[in-house]
Amino acid sequence: MPAVVLNKISKRYEKGHLAVDEASFSVEEGELFGLIGPDGAGKTSIFRILTTLLLANSGHGSVMGFDLEKDFKKIRETVGYMPGKFSLYPDLSVEENLNFFATLFNTSISENYDLIKDIYIQIEPFKKRRAGKLSGGMKQKLALCCALIHRPTVLFLDEPTTGVDSVSRKEFWEMLKRLKNQGITILVSTPYMDEATLCERIALMQDGKILSIDEPKNIIAEYPDPLFAIKAVRMSDLLKDLRQQDAVKSCFSFGEYHHISFKNATQNQTQNLVDKLSVLGHAKLEIKIIEASIEDCFINLLSK
Amino acid sequence: MKQFTAFVRKEFYHVFRDPKTLLLLFGMPIAQIILFGFALTNEIKNSKIVVVNYAQDEEARQLINKIEASANFEVAEQLMNHREIEDAFKAGIIKLAIVFPNKFSQTLHHEGQAQIQIIADASDPNTATTLSNYAQAIIRDYQSSLIPAETKALSINTQVRMIYNPELKGVYNFVPGVMALVLLLVGVLMTSVSIVREKEMGTMEVLLVSPFNPLLVIISKAVPYFFLSLINLTIILVLSSTLMEMPINGSLFLLYFASAILIITALSLGLLISNSTDSQQAAMLISLLVMLMPTLLFTGFLFPLENMPWPLQLVANILPSKWYYIIVKSVMIKGLGWASVWKEILILMGMTAFLLTLSVKKFKIRLA
Amino acid sequence: MQQEIVISAHNLTKKFGDFVATNQITFEVYAGEIFGFLGANGAGKTTAMKMLCGLSTPSSGEATIAGFDVYKEPDKIKQNIGYMSQKFSLYEDLTVAENIQFFGGIYGLKSKELKAKTKELIETLGLTNEAHKLVGSLPIGWKQKLAFSVAIIHEPKIVFLDEPTGGVDPLTRRQFWDLIYAASDRGITIFVTTHYMDEAEYCDRISMMVDGYIKALDSPENLKKAHGASTMDEVFFNLARGAQRQGD
Repeated sequence: MPAVVLNKISKRYEKGHLAVDEASFSVEEGELFGLIGPDGAGKTSIFRILTTLLLANSGHGSVMGFDLEKDFKKIRETVGYMPGKFSLYPDLSVEENLNFFATLFNTSISENYDLIKDIYIQIEPFKKRRAGKLSGGMKQKLALCCALIHRPTVLFLDEPTTGVDSVSRKEFWEMLKRLKNQGITILVSTPYMDEATLCERIALMQDGKILSIDEPKNIIAEYPDPLFAIKAVRMSDLLKDLRQQDAVKSCFSFGEYHHISFKNATQNQTQNLVDKLSVLGHAKLEIKIIEASIEDCFINLLSK
Repeated sequence: MKQFTAFVRKEFYHVFRDPKTLLLLFGMPIAQIILFGFALTNEIKNSKIVVVNYAQDEEARQLINKIEASANFEVAEQLMNHREIEDAFKAGIIKLAIVFPNKFSQTLHHEGQAQIQIIADASDPNTATTLSNYAQAIIRDYQSSLIPAETKALSINTQVRMIYNPELKGVYNFVPGVMALVLLLVGVLMTSVSIVREKEMGTMEVLLVSPFNPLLVIISKAVPYFFLSLINLTIILVLSSTLMEMPINGSLFLLYFASAILIITALSLGLLISNSTDSQQAAMLISLLVMLMPTLLFTGFLFPLENMPWPLQLVANILPSKWYYIIVKSVMIKGLGWASVWKEILILMGMTAFLLTLSVKKFKIRLA
Repeated sequence: MQQEIVISAHNLTKKFGDFVATNQITFEVYAGEIFGFLGANGAGKTTAMKMLCGLSTPSSGEATIAGFDVYKEPDKIKQNIGYMSQKFSLYEDLTVAENIQFFGGIYGLKSKELKAKTKELIETLGLTNEAHKLVGSLPIGWKQKLAFSVAIIHEPKIVFLDEPTGGVDPLTRRQFWDLIYAASDRGITIFVTTHYMDEAEYCDRISMMVDGYIKALDSPENLKKAHGASTMDEVFFNLARGAQRQGD
């Protein structure tokens, strides 16, 4: 039985804005599933529908077999939810927050301590500190503990890494991997494309629609054309010139390199391009073939 | 039950860890009592007046002395000419002037009656009426002291007794009103803001996605404010009875009982308000709007309800504060018991039950 | 060629009680540069930016922005810079045109000039059909692009961008950087903070703050060489990993 099922779920808010447009996907038990997309894609709305906080306008779904609308009480008893902004009580201490959430779920810290031990150990030295005075990374860890304390069957994490520095972000994903080994189904939403590869399966979302659902490596394999990375000394000029080249299909900056694809696969296309660019005055040109990243795929899907 | 206790404990933490809330919670009632008790009063004392004494004779002097001796008046100046009176009024120094005509004593003894002119600044009609009443009372008093004991003219003496409040103290009116105001305002404001804060912080979402009935979580928020309001009440009672000699003639239990009902009303109203708004500022504004003005205007302690046109009196009837005010005055000042106030208590309880049911029904178990 | 210095900070410090948020930072930014100001949360970036924008008075040290002293002439600084942040940029309940007119007015543009600029801006951004729509109804990406254009409507010497592309989709992010490049080509100095390490590569020079200090200041290329790293992500990781402070 899949842990989470969504079938053509749509949600329109009062102001007329269509937040979710016939979204469908399913998540297996024990999977680490990522919902990837920018702000406004509909990730939070979907999570709120799955945790029964919002009613969808159309479509239906279930969590652990319980219907989203009719059996919402059962769902609320078994899932763990960490909304954006890390909903913690800023004027209660770390310990008090954890105690409270444990009590909320009719359990105690000791009962499921093994589940949160690895994470809690990192913030234990601060257990008497008020939650409001913790750093972003520590709040994140505390919020995760509070969401796990009752050993949920499904864990919903809505943008847990937003606003947190990249070091803490990496640590967080390590923690998630370890949790997965405990058999908990985890759904995570994030705007960071590079985190997509850390999930087992992902759904790419934009403007309420799901663009693609699959394992990251399959999505990458579906990138339509061979992808090249190219760089030169003057990158912004290079970008302009590349976009004017007939042979080039797409060209986007990707930090150190620009990623380009060609319209038609022809022999010597790379050499031709390098020649043309050298004539235009670009120095130290370097071009190599690369594997597409999730971000490349996302841009490709957006540009369709 | 164990969970409910845990929630209540958490709520107490929130209250005591926020110094601003505590200040508002306890500072407000104390400030109001002191304001209404001491500073604001519609008794007028030591009002400056001027006297124009054309008579300059014995009776006039005696009367002027009597006026000066009264607590209500202070003769600022004795003017020589009635034309100077207008300047004194314009300068704003005085609100009342008394003029003794020429040959006052002579006229009084020979013709049996003399006239005194009282001129009052009626740009504030209430003050003008009050001051001229005081003046007339003093003059009447003096007049009766002049009548020889042997004269047996037919006269009807009115003997006035102000029962329950012989000294006509304003506080007797105000303190019960302040009690109503404080209990209502604090209850509604604190509860609505506290609940909406959960929504703003985002913790409300997490509370909803839990097996625990979120309504119980909300009710647990009301509990600390219930007890704190009772403590507030005690502070007000202590202050008013020690500093302002307010009596507590009736049953203390009855007083607390009625107050408890009012507090629950306030808490339900706070819950109702929190259901309809998502920001703390809006919650605060709505709470103040709904509670402050109606309670001030229609409870009956600032403005007598009997003077109002009947549609407004009807409005007052739907306010719990009006009924509570009656109960408190009956119990505290008149020393009455259950038998006299059971009707009002029943009405109050009915209102409370209604509000409580309504607010519970309207509580949202989803975000939208 | 002597480059004009538009921002100069020397031992710039900000203390909050005992806590030293920004600790004696020293650096210079040249005209027309794209200067990346990186650092983990709590490293002291926001505090530093606030001082440079004239929004907060330093505890000690000196700084000159666009030629104006940060202690004596903070108001002049504010008049000569542009500012855009992720949290607030435009009024959601005003239309596109109204926002442009409002901010243009604040920055001191005269009405004729403002009219012309408004038209130009709307056309360049492709918002002709949306000119009279409420900004709140626009997708986030368009809002950010509009906000940036409004921030430089008065062609300031420097524009400060505080995580301008947070949460924005990858396509719009790049379009945003196209706008940044265009501004830089016109001679506007860009002072930008970001959490996206690929954006760090687009900058001419980067400074990295850790625990209140500037731990590194150089071009992306040189930084990578110095740390034996192939991406800025690795450089960041190296520098930030040893951070003591976990502030926020």
